[in-house]
Amino acid sequence: MFVFTKKAKLFAMTLTLVGLVMMVIGFNTSGHEAESHDAHATEMHATETHAEHAEEAHVAHAEEAHDEAMDAPHAEEAEAAHAEHGAEAHGEEAHADGHGGHEDHGAANRPWSAFLVNTIFFLGIGIGTLFFLAIQYAAQAGWSAGILRVMESVALFVGIPLLGMLFLAITGNMDMHHIWHWMQDGIMDETSPNYDAIIAGKEGYLNDTFFTLRTVAYLVIWAGAAFLLRRNSLKEDALPEGQTMFFTQRKLAATFIVLYAVTSSTSAWDWIMSIDTHWFSTLFGWYTFAGMFVTALTVLNVLVMYLRVNNYLPWVNDNHQHDLGKFMFAFSVFWTYLWFSQYMLIWYSNIPEETPYYLARFGEYKTLFITMLVLNFIMPVLVLMSRDSKRIMGFILMAAVFVLAGHWMDHYIMIMPGSVGYHYGFGWVEIGGFLFYAGLLLYVVQRNLAAAPLRMKNHALIHESKLFHQ
Amino acid sequence: MHYESNVREPLILGDKSYKDITVDVARPVETAAPRAWWIVFSISLVMFLWGVGCILYTIGTGIGVWGLNKTVGWAWDITNFVWWVGIGHAGTLISAVLLLFRQKWRMAINRSAEAMTIFSVIQAGLFPLIHMGRIWMGYWVFPFPNQYGSLWVNFNSPLLWDVFAISTYLTVSTVFWYTGLIPDFAMIRDRAINPVQKHIYRILSFGWGGKAKAWQRFEEVSLVLAGLATPLVLSVHTIVSMDFATSVIPGWHTTIFPPYFVAGAIFSGFAMVQTLLLIVRKIFKMEDYITIQHIEMMNIVIMVTGSIVGVAYITELFIAWYSGVEYEQYAFLNRATGPYWWAYWSMMTCNVFSPQFMWFKKLRTNLIFTFLISIVVNIGMWFERFVIIVTSLHRDYLPSSWSMFSPTFVDIGIFIGTIGFFFVLFLLYARTFPVIAQAELKTILKSSGESQKKHHDPHGAH
Repeated sequence: MFVFTKKAKLFAMTLTLVGLVMMVIGFNTSGHEAESHDAHATEMHATETHAEHAEEAHVAHAEEAHDEAMDAPHAEEAEAAHAEHGAEAHGEEAHADGHGGHEDHGAANRPWSAFLVNTIFFLGIGIGTLFFLAIQYAAQAGWSAGILRVMESVALFVGIPLLGMLFLAITGNMDMHHIWHWMQDGIMDETSPNYDAIIAGKEGYLNDTFFTLRTVAYLVIWAGAAFLLRRNSLKEDALPEGQTMFFTQRKLAATFIVLYAVTSSTSAWDWIMSIDTHWFSTLFGWYTFAGMFVTALTVLNVLVMYLRVNNYLPWVNDNHQHDLGKFMFAFSVFWTYLWFSQYMLIWYSNIPEETPYYLARFGEYKTLFITMLVLNFIMPVLVLMSRDSKRIMGFILMAAVFVLAGHWMDHYIMIMPGSVGYHYGFGWVEIGGFLFYAGLLLYVVQRNLAAAPLRMKNHALIHESKLFHQ
Repeated sequence: MHYESNVREPLILGDKSYKDITVDVARPVETAAPRAWWIVFSISLVMFLWGVGCILYTIGTGIGVWGLNKTVGWAWDITNFVWWVGIGHAGTLISAVLLLFRQKWRMAINRSAEAMTIFSVIQAGLFPLIHMGRIWMGYWVFPFPNQYGSLWVNFNSPLLWDVFAISTYLTVSTVFWYTGLIPDFAMIRDRAINPVQKHIYRILSFGWGGKAKAWQRFEEVSLVLAGLATPLVLSVHTIVSMDFATSVIPGWHTTIFPPYFVAGAIFSGFAMVQTLLLIVRKIFKMEDYITIQHIEMMNIVIMVTGSIVGVAYITELFIAWYSGVEYEQYAFLNRATGPYWWAYWSMMTCNVFSPQFMWFKKLRTNLIFTFLISIVVNIGMWFERFVIIVTSLHRDYLPSSWSMFSPTFVDIGIFIGTIGFFFVLFLLYARTFPVIAQAELKTILKSSGESQKKHHDPHGAH
């Protein structure tokens, strides 16, 4: 039985509180903290007309860029973006492409976007683990039966970041922030100076009501599946020896997988892809899924290792750990495969509907972008390729740090350019939001681990898992 | 010893000994062919010869004998090429990916699946060669030092990447397949009575002696090859998809193509394995090894990959609308409601709806139903490629050049010819090769054999 000590409880709660305080500070100081851009942009924000304001911002920035050698790439990019607007026949509404006008919301969006990055990152841990748990049942996997309780504990966490998402969706609808560009007032209204014909064309999918409803649906389906899988698993323990709910669980898992096959893509379009509202990529849903899944597998691997070191899982041996390591390695490569597919096809075809997405990321975010690739692909390959390294704690931990940092950065790079433009940074909310969720994750997971025995009593494959070797 | 839970059904039925497995696997090689074999073989041979005739006619006259026109410059040729490459995927998936996932049920089917892979890749390879018109210059696709002036391959072209991807795939698959065959050839050699036969199998088995050291190396090589072949499962069809996706043609250029083509390839490959094995198990009486459970597992793979493909279709359709790009939107509207609507809806019905029947255990364990669906799926997957290729081309940017495609008898003849060629190869294989990897299968007899499982106590405490 796992014990959730007072000390651990205090630690988790402190993390959450510190994170919360940092976020509050971040939200209250947003737009004033870092660069000189910010003050300038906030001022701009006050300007009445959008089109004007975009124009001015653009000019002002270009001037500024000439002064500071550092900003040179930005000027070029703004120029390019501007040229594109003309090419894309947006008429005089220069604000349209998420560069001009959108960026001027950047400073105001910054804390919200930072919170979104953390929400998505931790959501990935929950939903990825839930999916992995469901796969174990659906595929009738034997080796993993001994760590299902650990998976359940993490999967149950999924509800909390989902509530965070709901909070962001509702505040977005209330116009408290404009992370999602299409939520701006008048953007779908032909008479408004903010009107954008392309975005207006997406109104059937991107509208406040449907968006919120979908977020609620994801909350219900995902958190509901986690809850039901856990409830049945606890019920199974109470059955007389030898009876199993394996086949009930299998059906439930299969149902969830079907629903998740659809919702994994739609949620990625909703929460992340629609930030760059004009841009689209059919692969985006699967790409986001792969990143979330590998994040979850990494957390699971580290968690199982921690529990083993503290002797809570005597029935789990190096072979189980090795398998988790293989998954971590394989899905790092799989993520890279999808990353490459999306990137390469857009680069190769080079059509104006698609390339702005990567131009923005190769502009100001270049260092982060390349670092992220190294962390998510090259490092796991180098560290985890060999058989032995997947069985050595130090190596797994090292790879885990790379992968987690890398995928946090990947989400950051997916979210920030479209919502804050060049107003990005690494400050109160980025760190605070991380600590906030990390504290909650630690609390919830440990509480769940302590709530039931870590070894399932009647699981049909539990014995197979115990004898598992290679 | 490996322990297996009781919720798992046995993989080898009946009260079998090691000897029984040997005898059963060697039987088709050692006895005369059944009449059914001769009938199917004759039909296939006729189809093959017809195809050879059509190929010779094409080469002699030029590819003008095909139905291609100025607007639709790619049609059945590439459709058939992609279809055959796709079918080839199941072999590698079964032998490599399922090996890494420790799926024991693969042992009864991997040999035939790998054979099928090699034979279908051979069919696929024919099409680009024929399409060149001057087939004798086929080797120009390789980058070789030459003095022909400016002749050099274009490394920027996905068509060239195909050359490398598919030849690598064919090589690794063949090596993998052959490595597994060595101990089984040795088994046939040891049983052979006819000296000629004995001599042939002696050469084929590379002097396999069955020492412990040899087995150890055998297993190591298998694992290394599995590791090498796994990226190949993804890479081959990824690169095939890039033939289309790197372009700017609406309906071709979409980022989901690489993984979606891979899923579709596995889908059609499993359907073909299913078709072939249902025949093999019946004709050669292998029902105890290729059990209903094997059929069921393959049906589940078909259902899952079919659904993945379905999600991809719907994603494409949705994003075409969402993009707001009118050309993109029109390409998909035209697919579903234009003059080729029947091809689109055949594809949807065969690939997305028909595998959903496999959710029902009754249906996925029904042999006749399974056989029908396995053929329906391959028809659907042919239509998928046809829809992608032809409907995206036939209405291009200039309405004055819009046209339709209609195949000539040569187009049809060559396609039928490859089906005949494929079956000729497979049938010859089935009579001369051990169709089940018996050496591997024997390793799970004690843990997964029916009578052996019965003797286990419920907790396997031994």
